[in-house]
Amino acid sequence: MTAELIIDITLWASVAAIGFMVWRRGRVVAVAAAREGGMDFINIVPRIALGVIGSGFIAAVIPAEVITGWLGPDSGWLGVLTATVAGGLTPGGPVVGFSIAAVALKVGGGPPQVIAYVIAWALFAFQRMILWEIPFMPAKFVWFRAAVSLPFPFLAAALAMAIGKP
Amino acid sequence: MIFIAVLVAVCVVLVWRRDGRAGVLEILTSDFALFGGILPRVLAGCLLGAFITEILPHEKISRALGPQSGLRGLLIGTAFGAILPGGPFTAYPVAAALLTVGADFGATIAMVVSWTLIGYGRAVAWELPILGADFTLWRIILSLPIPVLAGALGRLVYVRIYPKGEPE
Repeated sequence: MTAELIIDITLWASVAAIGFMVWRRGRVVAVAAAREGGMDFINIVPRIALGVIGSGFIAAVIPAEVITGWLGPDSGWLGVLTATVAGGLTPGGPVVGFSIAAVALKVGGGPPQVIAYVIAWALFAFQRMILWEIPFMPAKFVWFRAAVSLPFPFLAAALAMAIGKP
Repeated sequence: MIFIAVLVAVCVVLVWRRDGRAGVLEILTSDFALFGGILPRVLAGCLLGAFITEILPHEKISRALGPQSGLRGLLIGTAFGAILPGGPFTAYPVAAALLTVGADFGATIAMVVSWTLIGYGRAVAWELPILGADFTLWRIILSLPIPVLAGALGRLVYVRIYPKGEPE
């Protein structure tokens, strides 16, 4: 709760600070910018609504056990591939993603596979993409970004294997 | 958005067949509560994006982060993503603002990927306590090259697909 409060205070303080900088450039500019932000908000609300309400149902269909099962013991490149897919399919926020990774490490998952999982989760978690990235960014950018990110869970796993860490 | 709507509809039917109407209503109520909680932050994010678009010097941004900005642009994008405070409600509006004022896909990809992989916020708040310092530190070290590489790959692919710039 306090962390949430700190986030909100920081967020609105930044809005106020940058809003003030805009204000100093003139009232008309500030009003126009605020109106533009307000219009963006109105346009985004239906998409966020679909994202929030929808991803709850998608998450309910994908049980967490399925994902932990995929992150089984040391399994080579196939394990890295399944870890990458699992990372993208993991529902919920950071607590869920990192907890699944912690469980996978405890039950004997290979560190490179778990690295791939965490990185794939950071890059492709469907809930974050549906809820935040797609509503705010141009659709073409989101698909582009996801496509060029594809090699990197594998690269990180390869590096982890090469140096034998963590 | 249509794809997502269809996917959601399918999942609603699946939940309804498994848990009945009570199951659907339970998810719906908790999602609505979450939605209500998120809305003010979305508004703040939108205002932040609009204000930043206003105060960022467009010319400087397109020089520093535009298609011709080279490795330097990718590094600036990476650094910016790593230090950006807040959550997705600040990162994505700010990234969209950068695109608007002349950053190219490459630098913006570097920024978004850097925010998600080496941004300190999530690592300190969640990853460190749950996965421990050793794992988190190595995970971040292994992630360090990724934003610049992803941005470079993005630029490379972008000029292949749109050799004459983006078609509107």
